[in-house]
Amino acid sequence: MTAMQVVFLVTAVVTLGGAVMVVTARNLVHAALWLILTLFGVAVMFALLNAPFFTVVQVVIYIGAISILMIFAIMLTRRVMQDSGPQVNPGWWMSILLALLLFGGVDPLLALGKALVSPDGYVLPFELASVLLLAALIGAIVVAWEKKS
Amino acid sequence: MGDPINAIANWLSGWLTALGLPASLVTVILMVLGVVVLASFVLIVDILLVWVERKVVARFQDRLGPNRLGPFGLIQPVADIIKLLIKEDITPVGADRIIYNIAPIMALAVVLLLWAVIPFAPTILGADVNVAVLYIVAVGALGTLGVIMAGWASNNKYALLGAFRTVAQMVSYEVPMVIALLVPVLLARSMGLQVIVNAQEPWYILVAPLAAIIFLITSIAELGRAPFDINEAESEIVAGFHIEYTGMKFGLFYAGELLHALTVSALFSTLFLGGWRGPFAEQVPILGVVYLFIKAFFIYWVIMWIKYSFPRLRIDQMLGFSWKFLTPLALALLIVTAILDKVIEGVSTPVYVISHLMANLIIAWGTVQLLRTYARFERKRVAEVRPVAVAPEADYKELIVQE
Repeated sequence: MTAMQVVFLVTAVVTLGGAVMVVTARNLVHAALWLILTLFGVAVMFALLNAPFFTVVQVVIYIGAISILMIFAIMLTRRVMQDSGPQVNPGWWMSILLALLLFGGVDPLLALGKALVSPDGYVLPFELASVLLLAALIGAIVVAWEKKS
Repeated sequence: MGDPINAIANWLSGWLTALGLPASLVTVILMVLGVVVLASFVLIVDILLVWVERKVVARFQDRLGPNRLGPFGLIQPVADIIKLLIKEDITPVGADRIIYNIAPIMALAVVLLLWAVIPFAPTILGADVNVAVLYIVAVGALGTLGVIMAGWASNNKYALLGAFRTVAQMVSYEVPMVIALLVPVLLARSMGLQVIVNAQEPWYILVAPLAAIIFLITSIAELGRAPFDINEAESEIVAGFHIEYTGMKFGLFYAGELLHALTVSALFSTLFLGGWRGPFAEQVPILGVVYLFIKAFFIYWVIMWIKYSFPRLRIDQMLGFSWKFLTPLALALLIVTAILDKVIEGVSTPVYVISHLMANLIIAWGTVQLLRTYARFERKRVAEVRPVAVAPEADYKELIVQE
């Protein structure tokens, strides 16, 4: 194992650990700070891939602009700083099942990773990004929906 | 002979390879060593900065400054550090302990990160990143983060207010700063600092003086130094975001601020004053380091000169200055420079310098005229007779009658 692989593994563990902490942290500011660590991990990944422009743009846009904006918004709404509600939906096992069915095993993951960065196929990344954004839109509406009690 | 750093690195790499270590490990060891050496060197300079700062402010205020410990008070910073180390370490009740402790480290580490891309000499530089200018902007964004963390984790409303002010200031002044940074990038056709230094024939302060001035002003604002120090305005919010910090944690903020000022000076020298350029710097690279630090300390002195000469601005004046004055000016400057640089492409150096200088002077003259018109308008507005609330005369007479 070369030294670069060690650096890659450490970065990967920190990035994924940070990502898990983003969704499990109870404190909103902590979640935002974990998110920054995760985004920084992605920036380090770009650096390891010899893509300095991506590294720097990742830091400028995601940490410098978006995260700072998020922290600012959170700090201005002190009331919801501590969330005591349930952290998972009742149907959490379904998403795990779905994820396992779709991405289970190493081979499909490898194929997916290669398809995402392949220079002559833009449909898959485009479709994936579209689905992700749509899910985020619907999720935002559901979260903001005023429940009639 | 003139480049001891690379000589040592080559000797070390040869020695490690001879020991039988794999090539990739040798590279990593050398990288880590380089980081340690650079960071230590910069931090040692930082200790000296404490003395420089106190001595210079004393001269500006017609005092002597530290003069008891050692020759010219040179050992004073060591005494300061010992004092900071043995002070009680206080964590306020309700503070977010981990973030509270990470914040001062962030504040200093972010400044150290900037030194990675500054070219010290033709052959001595940390990392030859080809997007170094963008890297500087990115690291500046991380600096904002340290301030937010300190302000929020302290569980103190003054600290939080200080953090809010700092962020508003940094976000506003980043805009003209980035636009001003684009001017040397445009002139050198590269974002790499080494390329920019190599392209400075002559120094860019002659070719783009307005961009240099805008960069200096916005950098001082990013530093949060007077006249832009509302984020730690003593009369309003005590000490701003680092109000709760004691001992060495406060020391880290202080050291970070001083070092940031020197870093900004070094960046200014690199972008506009030719960096390591000087007589014989190409033959004897180590001389370049000396030239860079002479220029950086001169700009550092200018920053202190400004700091101790101007009163503090109000927040609305400050943000207005950035959005209504610096940003449009920087934008106009960038457009004019871009067009002019394309139009006169290929002319001899004197013509190139004079035409850029003339364009800058014309923009400066136009700006001054606009400001004069605005000031005249403002004076008229203030001098106008305004209706004043007076008690109605009738009631007044009634009152007297009743008496």
